[in-house]
Amino acid sequence: MNLVWFHKLGSPKYFYALALRLTPWLGGLSFVLLALGLYWGLVVAPPDYQQGESYRIIFVHVPSAWMSMFTWMFMAFCGLLVLVWRMKVAASLMRAAAPLGASFTFLALVTGSLWGKPMWGAYWVWDARLTSELILLFLYLGFMALQSAIEQREAAGRAGAVLALVGVINIPIIHFSVEWWNTLHQGATITKFDSPSMPVEMLLPLLVSAAGFMAYFATVVLKRARCDILEGQAASGWVREWATPAATDHRNP
Amino acid sequence: MDWQSFLAMGGYAAFVWPSYALVLIVLIANAVIPHRRERALRERIARRTTGNRR
Repeated sequence: MNLVWFHKLGSPKYFYALALRLTPWLGGLSFVLLALGLYWGLVVAPPDYQQGESYRIIFVHVPSAWMSMFTWMFMAFCGLLVLVWRMKVAASLMRAAAPLGASFTFLALVTGSLWGKPMWGAYWVWDARLTSELILLFLYLGFMALQSAIEQREAAGRAGAVLALVGVINIPIIHFSVEWWNTLHQGATITKFDSPSMPVEMLLPLLVSAAGFMAYFATVVLKRARCDILEGQAASGWVREWATPAATDHRNP
Repeated sequence: MDWQSFLAMGGYAAFVWPSYALVLIVLIANAVIPHRRERALRERIARRTTGNRR
């Protein structure tokens, strides 16, 4: 199997140039998808027969919750690359993803409690789904604290990789919490082995919004990884050459 | 479209609008922060590089 592309991706210089070219396109895509998905969800989609207009929180709540779990799995995958191949780019991506994952988790919790108040009568209950999602928030904060506590970049990367791989156990717990325990939170409507139990007028805007969140994640994770690579490689020739004024004006995105 | 009933969100305005507002604030902040950080980093590296040459 030809693995040249993999080795190329592992080179911070090559990866930086690739990220520089990809981010504007991904940024544009995420803007279009988010604008379309949220407009569709807020204005076009019909009200729910039971929950009325309050259910419209779903178009931001569910994508945030999905991305909160996806981001940790992404970090665990990067962690594997860090531990097995000592890939610096993977460590940068893993570090770049953590604040985003924390943000998605925070949004899932807050929009969920704003939806819970009118529907369940409480902003918060110590239910399995909510508690395991709160633990995910603490895992992200712990990961970020760990990264800033260890000065040596390679050591910080390896310690973070171990935490990401151990913490991934929480992801199936969050996903199946609604089946394993009696919870107030409803079961899965879309990610289940049956056809989704949601009318298509509501499902489509939800999927567009979720795609927008995913494109947004890709944009910002690449942007943050670019910063991380610059910090890590500041002393190397290509960064200094790239940063000289003659080079910057035509490479500025 | 009737703006008043749209903004009222069937009586759930106090829950729907803060959700959307918070999501937008957090998403925009997460995009702006690395943008500024990269610009500052670039300037710092450029300063150091040109400084070395003199």
